[in-house]
Amino acid sequence: MTEQRTELVIVGSGPTGYTAAIYAARAGLAPVVLAGSVTAGGSLMTTTEVENFPGFIDGIQGPELMEAMRAQAERFGARIVYDDATALDLVGEVKTATAGSGDVYRARAVILATGSAYRKLGLPEEERLSGHGVSWCATCDGFFFRDQNIAVIGGGDSAMEEALFLTRFASKVTIVHRRDEFRASRVMTERALANPKIEVTWNAEVTGIIGDEQVSGLRLRDTLTGAESVLDATGVFVAIGHDPRSELVAGQIDTDADGYVLVEHPSTRTNLPGVFAAGDLVDHTYRQAITAAGTGCAAAQDAQHFLSHTLPTIQRDALLEVSA
Amino acid sequence: MTIITVTDATFQAEVEAADLPVVVDIWATWCGPCKAIAPVLDQLADEYAGRVKFVKIDADQNPKAVTAAGVTSIPTLGFYQNGTRQDLLIGAHPKPVIATKIERLLA
Repeated sequence: MTEQRTELVIVGSGPTGYTAAIYAARAGLAPVVLAGSVTAGGSLMTTTEVENFPGFIDGIQGPELMEAMRAQAERFGARIVYDDATALDLVGEVKTATAGSGDVYRARAVILATGSAYRKLGLPEEERLSGHGVSWCATCDGFFFRDQNIAVIGGGDSAMEEALFLTRFASKVTIVHRRDEFRASRVMTERALANPKIEVTWNAEVTGIIGDEQVSGLRLRDTLTGAESVLDATGVFVAIGHDPRSELVAGQIDTDADGYVLVEHPSTRTNLPGVFAAGDLVDHTYRQAITAAGTGCAAAQDAQHFLSHTLPTIQRDALLEVSA
Repeated sequence: MTIITVTDATFQAEVEAADLPVVVDIWATWCGPCKAIAPVLDQLADEYAGRVKFVKIDADQNPKAVTAAGVTSIPTLGFYQNGTRQDLLIGAHPKPVIATKIERLLA
Protein backbone atom coordinates (compact mmCIF):
# COMPACT_ATOMS: atom_id res chain seq x y z
CA MET A 1 0.00 0.00 0.00
CA THR A 2 1.46 3.27 -1.06
CA GLU A 3 0.45 6.88 -1.02
CA GLN A 4 0.91 8.90 -4.15
CA ARG A 5 0.57 12.56 -4.96
CA THR A 6 -0.61 13.67 -8.37
CA GLU A 7 -2.26 16.71 -9.94
CA LEU A 8 -5.41 15.02 -11.16
CA VAL A 9 -7.21 11.75 -10.54
CA ILE A 10 -9.78 10.55 -13.07
CA VAL A 11 -12.21 7.93 -11.80
CA GLY A 12 -13.63 5.84 -14.63
CA SER A 13 -12.41 4.67 -18.02
CA GLY A 14 -15.22 4.85 -20.55
CA PRO A 15 -15.16 7.41 -23.36
CA THR A 16 -15.50 10.14 -20.70
CA GLY A 17 -12.58 9.05 -18.52
CA TYR A 18 -10.21 8.26 -21.38
CA THR A 19 -10.99 11.46 -23.29
CA ALA A 20 -10.44 13.47 -20.10
CA ALA A 21 -7.16 11.57 -19.69
CA ILE A 22 -6.04 12.35 -23.25
CA TYR A 23 -6.67 16.09 -22.80
CA ALA A 24 -5.26 16.28 -19.28
CA ALA A 25 -2.17 14.28 -20.22
CA ARG A 26 -1.54 16.45 -23.28
CA ALA A 27 -1.75 19.45 -20.97
CA GLY A 28 1.06 17.93 -18.94
CA LEU A 29 -0.99 17.01 -15.89
CA ALA A 30 0.09 13.33 -15.92
CA PRO A 31 -3.31 12.19 -14.61
CA VAL A 32 -3.87 8.94 -12.78
CA VAL A 33 -6.87 7.06 -14.16
CA LEU A 34 -8.57 4.61 -11.82
CA ALA A 35 -9.86 2.49 -14.67
CA GLY A 36 -11.54 -0.34 -12.75
CA SER A 37 -10.22 -3.85 -12.15
CA VAL A 38 -12.70 -5.63 -14.38
CA THR A 39 -14.73 -2.77 -15.82
CA ALA A 40 -11.88 -0.92 -17.60
CA GLY A 41 -13.08 0.55 -20.87
CA GLY A 42 -16.63 0.88 -19.60
CA SER A 43 -19.83 -0.34 -21.15
CA LEU A 44 -18.59 -0.21 -24.75
CA MET A 45 -16.41 -3.21 -23.88
CA THR A 46 -19.47 -5.45 -24.10
CA THR A 47 -20.91 -4.02 -27.29
CA THR A 48 -20.12 -5.03 -30.82
CA GLU A 49 -20.28 -2.59 -33.70
CA VAL A 50 -20.35 1.14 -32.92
CA GLU A 51 -21.73 2.69 -36.09
CA ASN A 52 -22.13 6.32 -35.08
CA PHE A 53 -18.79 7.36 -33.59
CA PRO A 54 -17.54 10.02 -36.00
CA GLY A 55 -14.48 9.19 -38.03
CA PHE A 56 -15.13 5.49 -38.55
CA ILE A 57 -16.84 5.17 -41.90
CA ASP A 58 -17.49 1.44 -41.58
CA GLY A 59 -18.02 1.47 -37.83
CA ILE A 60 -15.67 0.15 -35.20
CA GLN A 61 -15.94 -2.56 -32.55
CA GLY A 62 -16.62 -1.11 -29.08
CA PRO A 63 -13.63 -2.81 -27.39
CA GLU A 64 -11.34 -1.72 -30.24
CA LEU A 65 -12.44 1.91 -29.86
CA MET A 66 -11.79 1.82 -26.12
CA GLU A 67 -8.36 0.22 -26.54
CA ALA A 68 -7.43 2.99 -28.96
CA MET A 69 -8.58 5.69 -26.51
CA ARG A 70 -6.58 4.08 -23.71
CA ALA A 71 -3.44 3.85 -25.84
CA GLN A 72 -3.86 7.47 -26.90
CA ALA A 73 -4.13 8.60 -23.26
CA GLU A 74 -1.05 6.57 -22.31
CA ARG A 75 0.90 7.98 -25.23
CA PHE A 76 0.65 11.43 -23.62
CA GLY A 77 1.59 10.21 -20.17
CA ALA A 78 -1.66 9.27 -18.45
CA ARG A 79 -1.16 6.51 -15.90
CA ILE A 80 -3.87 3.86 -16.10
CA VAL A 81 -4.40 1.93 -12.87
CA TYR A 82 -6.51 -1.20 -13.32
CA ASP A 83 -8.15 -1.05 -9.96
CA ASP A 84 -11.46 0.09 -8.49
CA ALA A 85 -11.94 3.22 -6.45
CA THR A 86 -13.26 1.92 -3.15
CA ALA A 87 -13.42 5.26 -1.32
CA LEU A 88 -13.32 8.90 -2.36
CA ASP A 89 -12.85 11.87 -0.05
CA LEU A 90 -13.60 14.94 -2.14
CA VAL A 91 -14.41 17.62 0.40
CA GLY A 92 -11.05 19.16 1.37
CA GLU A 93 -8.48 20.96 -0.73
CA VAL A 94 -6.56 17.71 -1.19
CA LYS A 95 -8.83 14.95 -2.39
CA THR A 96 -8.05 11.30 -1.78
CA ALA A 97 -9.02 8.28 -3.82
CA THR A 98 -8.45 4.85 -2.30
CA ALA A 99 -8.05 1.90 -4.63
CA GLY A 100 -8.97 -1.73 -4.02
CA SER A 101 -5.28 -2.52 -3.44
CA GLY A 102 -5.25 -0.04 -0.54
CA ASP A 103 -3.11 2.43 -2.50
CA VAL A 104 -4.11 6.03 -1.86
CA TYR A 105 -3.95 8.74 -4.51
CA ARG A 106 -3.94 12.38 -3.43
CA ALA A 107 -4.74 15.18 -5.85
CA ARG A 108 -6.11 18.71 -5.87
CA ALA A 109 -8.51 17.89 -8.69
CA VAL A 110 -10.71 14.90 -9.42
CA ILE A 111 -12.81 14.10 -12.47
CA LEU A 112 -15.69 11.75 -11.81
CA ALA A 113 -16.47 9.63 -14.86
CA THR A 114 -17.95 6.49 -13.36
CA GLY A 115 -20.79 6.30 -15.84
CA SER A 116 -23.81 4.15 -15.24
CA ALA A 117 -24.79 0.58 -14.40
CA TYR A 118 -27.50 -1.61 -15.86
CA ARG A 119 -30.84 -1.13 -14.19
CA LYS A 120 -32.38 -4.24 -12.72
CA LEU A 121 -36.01 -5.24 -13.00
CA GLY A 122 -36.29 -5.41 -9.23
CA LEU A 123 -37.97 -8.83 -9.22
CA PRO A 124 -37.17 -11.32 -6.45
CA GLU A 125 -36.22 -14.10 -8.93
CA GLU A 126 -33.81 -11.88 -10.83
CA GLU A 127 -30.75 -12.39 -8.63
CA ARG A 128 -31.29 -16.13 -8.19
CA LEU A 129 -31.66 -16.76 -11.92
CA SER A 130 -28.93 -14.35 -12.95
CA GLY A 131 -26.48 -16.39 -15.00
CA HIS A 132 -29.07 -19.15 -15.27
CA GLY A 133 -31.06 -17.56 -18.06
CA VAL A 134 -31.15 -13.94 -16.92
CA SER A 135 -28.43 -11.87 -18.57
CA TRP A 136 -27.26 -8.30 -19.08
CA CYS A 137 -24.70 -8.96 -21.82
CA ALA A 138 -25.92 -10.24 -25.17
CA THR A 139 -22.44 -10.40 -26.68
CA CYS A 140 -21.21 -12.55 -23.77
CA ASP A 141 -24.14 -14.87 -23.36
CA GLY A 142 -26.12 -15.00 -26.61
CA PHE A 143 -24.21 -18.10 -27.64
CA PHE A 144 -25.77 -20.14 -24.83
CA PHE A 145 -29.25 -19.74 -26.30
CA ARG A 146 -28.71 -21.29 -29.70
CA ASP A 147 -32.07 -22.29 -31.25
CA GLN A 148 -33.99 -21.17 -28.18
CA ASN A 149 -36.61 -18.51 -27.49
CA ILE A 150 -35.22 -15.36 -25.95
CA ALA A 151 -37.00 -12.39 -24.43
CA VAL A 152 -35.42 -8.94 -24.48
CA ILE A 153 -36.97 -6.49 -22.05
CA GLY A 154 -36.80 -2.81 -22.95
CA GLY A 155 -37.55 -0.35 -25.73
CA GLY A 156 -34.43 1.74 -26.22
CA ASP A 157 -31.47 1.47 -28.58
CA SER A 158 -29.76 -1.02 -26.27
CA ALA A 159 -32.78 -3.31 -26.35
CA MET A 160 -32.91 -3.15 -30.18
CA GLU A 161 -29.19 -3.79 -30.46
CA GLU A 162 -29.35 -6.77 -28.10
CA ALA A 163 -32.40 -8.20 -29.86
CA LEU A 164 -30.76 -7.89 -33.27
CA PHE A 165 -27.53 -9.43 -32.04
CA LEU A 166 -29.39 -12.32 -30.41
CA THR A 167 -31.12 -13.26 -33.69
CA ARG A 168 -27.77 -14.76 -34.69
CA PHE A 169 -28.36 -17.51 -32.14
CA ALA A 170 -32.01 -17.62 -31.13
CA SER A 171 -34.87 -19.24 -33.01
CA LYS A 172 -37.07 -16.34 -31.89
CA VAL A 173 -36.49 -13.10 -30.01
CA THR A 174 -39.44 -11.40 -28.34
CA ILE A 175 -39.01 -7.78 -27.31
CA VAL A 176 -41.17 -7.06 -24.30
CA HIS A 177 -41.96 -3.38 -23.92
CA ARG A 178 -44.27 -1.65 -21.49
CA ARG A 179 -45.44 1.03 -23.93
CA ASP A 180 -46.92 0.97 -27.44
CA GLU A 181 -43.89 2.50 -29.11
CA PHE A 182 -40.14 2.25 -28.74
CA ARG A 183 -37.91 4.96 -27.35
CA ALA A 184 -35.15 3.69 -29.66
CA SER A 185 -33.89 5.64 -32.66
CA ARG A 186 -35.78 5.20 -35.90
CA VAL A 187 -32.98 3.34 -37.65
CA MET A 188 -32.68 0.79 -34.83
CA THR A 189 -36.46 0.42 -34.49
CA GLU A 190 -36.91 -0.19 -38.21
CA ARG A 191 -34.09 -2.69 -38.27
CA ALA A 192 -35.56 -4.62 -35.33
CA LEU A 193 -39.11 -4.63 -36.68
CA ALA A 194 -37.92 -5.77 -40.10
CA ASN A 195 -36.09 -8.78 -38.70
CA PRO A 196 -38.15 -11.96 -39.26
CA LYS A 197 -36.88 -13.52 -36.03
CA ILE A 198 -38.03 -10.60 -33.88
CA GLU A 199 -41.52 -10.27 -32.43
CA VAL A 200 -42.76 -7.55 -30.13
CA THR A 201 -45.10 -7.78 -27.17
CA TRP A 202 -46.33 -4.23 -26.62
CA ASN A 203 -47.81 -2.75 -23.45
CA ALA A 204 -46.49 -5.56 -21.32
CA GLU A 205 -44.98 -5.35 -17.88
CA VAL A 206 -42.84 -8.18 -16.53
CA THR A 207 -44.27 -9.31 -13.21
CA GLY A 208 -42.20 -12.43 -12.68
CA ILE A 209 -39.49 -14.73 -14.01
CA ILE A 210 -40.42 -18.41 -14.05
CA GLY A 211 -37.87 -21.13 -13.30
CA ASP A 212 -36.24 -23.06 -10.46
CA GLU A 213 -32.72 -23.83 -11.70
CA GLN A 214 -33.06 -22.25 -15.14
CA VAL A 215 -35.38 -19.68 -16.66
CA SER A 216 -38.35 -21.15 -18.52
CA GLY A 217 -40.52 -18.11 -19.05
CA LEU A 218 -41.80 -14.70 -18.06
CA ARG A 219 -45.01 -13.64 -16.41
CA LEU A 220 -46.46 -10.62 -18.17
CA ARG A 221 -49.28 -8.23 -17.42
CA ASP A 222 -50.93 -6.15 -20.11
CA THR A 223 -50.63 -2.53 -18.99
CA LEU A 224 -53.93 -1.61 -20.69
CA THR A 225 -56.21 -4.53 -19.89
CA GLY A 226 -54.45 -5.99 -16.85
CA ALA A 227 -54.60 -9.42 -18.52
CA GLU A 228 -51.92 -11.84 -17.32
CA SER A 229 -49.98 -14.11 -19.65
CA VAL A 230 -46.88 -16.30 -19.80
CA LEU A 231 -44.15 -15.94 -22.41
CA ASP A 232 -42.03 -19.05 -23.01
CA ALA A 233 -38.37 -18.10 -23.02
CA THR A 234 -35.21 -19.76 -21.75
CA GLY A 235 -33.20 -16.58 -21.94
CA VAL A 236 -34.07 -13.13 -20.61
CA PHE A 237 -31.95 -10.13 -21.50
CA VAL A 238 -32.64 -7.03 -19.46
CA ALA A 239 -32.10 -3.70 -21.26
CA ILE A 240 -34.38 -1.31 -19.41
CA GLY A 241 -31.89 1.45 -18.93
CA HIS A 242 -29.14 2.57 -16.62
CA ASP A 243 -28.62 4.26 -13.29
CA PRO A 244 -25.72 6.59 -12.50
CA ARG A 245 -22.89 5.01 -10.51
CA SER A 246 -22.75 7.74 -7.90
CA GLU A 247 -22.86 5.60 -4.74
CA LEU A 248 -19.21 6.39 -3.88
CA VAL A 249 -19.83 10.14 -3.84
CA ALA A 250 -23.38 10.23 -2.50
CA GLY A 251 -23.53 12.42 0.57
CA GLN A 252 -20.41 14.41 -0.37
CA ILE A 253 -21.57 15.94 -3.60
CA ASP A 254 -24.85 17.34 -4.87
CA THR A 255 -26.90 14.91 -6.93
CA ASP A 256 -30.47 15.01 -8.18
CA ALA A 257 -33.20 12.71 -6.91
CA ASP A 258 -32.17 10.00 -9.38
CA GLY A 259 -28.53 10.05 -8.26
CA TYR A 260 -27.10 11.96 -11.24
CA VAL A 261 -24.29 14.32 -10.18
CA LEU A 262 -25.26 17.96 -10.61
CA VAL A 263 -22.89 20.27 -12.48
CA GLU A 264 -22.91 23.97 -13.35
CA HIS A 265 -23.82 23.59 -17.01
CA PRO A 266 -22.24 24.20 -19.46
CA SER A 267 -19.18 23.58 -17.29
CA THR A 268 -18.49 20.27 -15.55
CA ARG A 269 -17.97 21.88 -12.11
CA THR A 270 -19.74 20.20 -9.21
CA ASN A 271 -20.59 21.97 -5.96
CA LEU A 272 -17.17 20.98 -4.59
CA PRO A 273 -14.16 23.06 -5.74
CA GLY A 274 -11.74 20.93 -7.72
CA VAL A 275 -14.26 18.17 -8.39
CA PHE A 276 -15.64 17.79 -11.90
CA ALA A 277 -18.14 15.31 -13.29
CA ALA A 278 -18.94 14.25 -16.84
CA GLY A 279 -20.46 11.58 -19.03
CA ASP A 280 -23.31 9.26 -18.10
CA LEU A 281 -22.83 10.04 -14.42
CA VAL A 282 -24.28 13.48 -15.22
CA ASP A 283 -26.22 12.98 -18.42
CA HIS A 284 -29.92 12.04 -18.29
CA THR A 285 -30.54 12.70 -21.91
CA TYR A 286 -27.95 11.97 -24.57
CA ARG A 287 -25.85 9.12 -23.17
CA GLN A 288 -23.77 8.53 -26.30
CA ALA A 289 -20.11 7.62 -26.58
CA ILE A 290 -19.45 10.88 -28.39
CA THR A 291 -21.30 13.10 -25.90
CA ALA A 292 -19.53 11.30 -23.07
CA ALA A 293 -16.20 11.93 -24.78
CA GLY A 294 -17.17 15.58 -25.35
CA THR A 295 -17.94 16.24 -21.71
CA GLY A 296 -14.80 14.32 -20.70
CA CYS A 297 -12.83 16.82 -22.78
CA ALA A 298 -14.66 19.70 -21.08
CA ALA A 299 -13.91 18.24 -17.64
CA ALA A 300 -10.20 18.00 -18.42
CA GLN A 301 -10.13 21.64 -19.48
CA ASP A 302 -12.12 22.71 -16.42
CA ALA A 303 -9.73 20.77 -14.18
CA GLN A 304 -6.72 22.26 -15.93
CA HIS A 305 -8.15 25.76 -15.50
CA PHE A 306 -8.85 25.10 -11.83
CA LEU A 307 -5.36 23.78 -11.19
CA SER A 308 -3.62 26.67 -12.91
CA HIS A 309 -5.79 29.38 -11.31
CA THR A 310 -5.98 28.21 -7.72
CA LEU A 311 -2.71 27.94 -5.93
CA PRO A 312 -2.53 25.42 -3.14
CA THR A 313 -3.10 27.11 0.24
CA ILE A 314 0.28 26.05 1.51
CA GLN A 315 2.06 27.61 -1.45
CA ARG A 316 -0.06 30.77 -1.24
CA ASP A 317 0.84 31.18 2.43
CA ALA A 318 4.51 30.91 1.53
CA LEU A 319 4.04 33.63 -1.10
CA LEU A 320 2.31 35.90 1.44
CA GLU A 321 5.23 35.50 3.80
CA VAL A 322 7.64 36.56 1.11
CA SER A 323 5.63 39.67 0.19
CA ALA A 324 5.23 40.63 3.87
CA MET B 1 1.97 -20.38 -11.96
CA THR B 2 0.35 -20.76 -15.30
CA ILE B 3 -3.31 -21.41 -15.89
CA ILE B 4 -3.85 -24.78 -17.54
CA THR B 5 -6.25 -25.09 -20.46
CA VAL B 6 -8.67 -27.98 -20.03
CA THR B 7 -11.27 -29.49 -22.35
CA ASP B 8 -14.32 -31.70 -22.03
CA ALA B 9 -11.92 -34.64 -22.52
CA THR B 10 -9.50 -33.64 -19.76
CA PHE B 11 -11.94 -32.05 -17.30
CA GLN B 12 -12.34 -35.17 -15.18
CA ALA B 13 -8.61 -35.77 -14.80
CA GLU B 14 -7.55 -32.13 -14.38
CA VAL B 15 -10.41 -30.86 -12.22
CA GLU B 16 -12.42 -33.62 -10.59
CA ALA B 17 -9.43 -35.84 -9.83
CA ALA B 18 -7.12 -33.00 -8.77
CA ASP B 19 -5.40 -33.12 -5.37
CA LEU B 20 -5.65 -29.37 -4.88
CA PRO B 21 -8.75 -27.20 -4.84
CA VAL B 22 -9.42 -25.98 -8.38
CA VAL B 23 -10.71 -22.69 -9.80
CA VAL B 24 -12.27 -23.23 -13.24
CA ASP B 25 -12.62 -20.21 -15.50
CA ILE B 26 -15.34 -20.69 -18.13
CA TRP B 27 -14.62 -18.17 -20.86
CA ALA B 28 -14.83 -17.54 -24.60
CA THR B 29 -12.88 -15.54 -27.14
CA TRP B 30 -15.79 -13.19 -27.90
CA CYS B 31 -16.46 -12.32 -24.25
CA GLY B 32 -15.10 -8.89 -23.23
CA PRO B 33 -15.54 -9.29 -19.47
CA CYS B 34 -13.75 -12.67 -19.70
CA LYS B 35 -10.71 -10.88 -21.12
CA ALA B 36 -11.04 -8.25 -18.40
CA ILE B 37 -10.73 -10.76 -15.56
CA ALA B 38 -7.92 -12.78 -17.19
CA PRO B 39 -5.10 -10.66 -15.68
CA VAL B 40 -6.77 -10.84 -12.26
CA LEU B 41 -6.86 -14.64 -12.50
CA ASP B 42 -3.19 -14.68 -13.55
CA GLN B 43 -2.31 -12.71 -10.42
CA LEU B 44 -4.39 -14.98 -8.19
CA ALA B 45 -2.82 -18.07 -9.79
CA ASP B 46 0.59 -16.67 -8.79
CA GLU B 47 -0.50 -15.76 -5.30
CA TYR B 48 -2.07 -19.16 -4.61
CA ALA B 49 0.59 -21.20 -6.44
CA GLY B 50 0.99 -24.61 -4.82
CA ARG B 51 -2.25 -24.26 -2.86
CA VAL B 52 -4.89 -23.84 -5.55
CA LYS B 53 -4.93 -25.04 -9.15
CA PHE B 54 -6.27 -22.68 -11.82
CA VAL B 55 -7.66 -23.96 -15.11
CA LYS B 56 -9.64 -22.41 -17.94
CA ILE B 57 -12.09 -23.94 -20.37
CA ASP B 58 -13.35 -22.41 -23.61
CA ALA B 59 -17.18 -22.48 -23.56
CA ASP B 60 -17.33 -22.44 -27.34
CA GLN B 61 -15.33 -25.67 -27.77
CA ASN B 62 -16.49 -27.57 -24.69
CA PRO B 63 -20.28 -27.73 -24.45
CA LYS B 64 -20.28 -30.63 -21.97
CA ALA B 65 -18.52 -28.73 -19.22
CA VAL B 66 -20.71 -25.69 -19.77
CA THR B 67 -23.91 -27.74 -19.62
CA ALA B 68 -22.64 -29.40 -16.45
CA ALA B 69 -22.02 -26.03 -14.85
CA GLY B 70 -25.63 -25.05 -15.61
CA VAL B 71 -24.76 -21.50 -16.49
CA THR B 72 -25.77 -19.24 -19.34
CA SER B 73 -23.43 -16.37 -18.55
CA ILE B 74 -19.70 -15.94 -18.82
CA PRO B 75 -17.32 -15.32 -17.32
CA THR B 76 -18.22 -17.90 -14.70
CA LEU B 77 -15.81 -19.27 -12.14
CA GLY B 78 -16.39 -22.71 -10.65
CA PHE B 79 -14.71 -23.60 -7.35
CA TYR B 80 -14.00 -27.33 -6.98
CA GLN B 81 -12.72 -29.48 -4.18
CA ASN B 82 -12.41 -33.28 -4.01
CA GLY B 83 -14.18 -33.67 -7.33
CA THR B 84 -17.27 -31.63 -6.51
CA ARG B 85 -18.19 -28.07 -7.17
CA GLN B 86 -18.50 -26.09 -3.96
CA ASP B 87 -19.28 -22.66 -5.33
CA LEU B 88 -19.97 -20.63 -8.46
CA LEU B 89 -19.23 -17.01 -9.25
CA ILE B 90 -21.06 -15.60 -12.25
CA GLY B 91 -19.90 -12.44 -14.01
CA ALA B 92 -16.74 -10.31 -13.86
CA HIS B 93 -15.97 -9.49 -10.24
CA PRO B 94 -13.07 -7.55 -8.70
CA LYS B 95 -10.11 -9.45 -7.30
CA PRO B 96 -11.11 -9.29 -3.60
CA VAL B 97 -14.46 -10.93 -4.39
CA ILE B 98 -12.75 -13.82 -6.18
CA ALA B 99 -10.11 -14.09 -3.44
CA THR B 100 -12.83 -14.37 -0.79
CA LYS B 101 -14.32 -17.34 -2.65
CA ILE B 102 -10.88 -18.98 -2.85
CA GLU B 103 -10.26 -18.42 0.86
CA ARG B 104 -13.58 -20.06 1.62
CA LEU B 105 -12.49 -23.03 -0.48
CA LEU B 106 -9.26 -23.29 1.52
CA ALA B 107 -10.88 -22.83 4.92
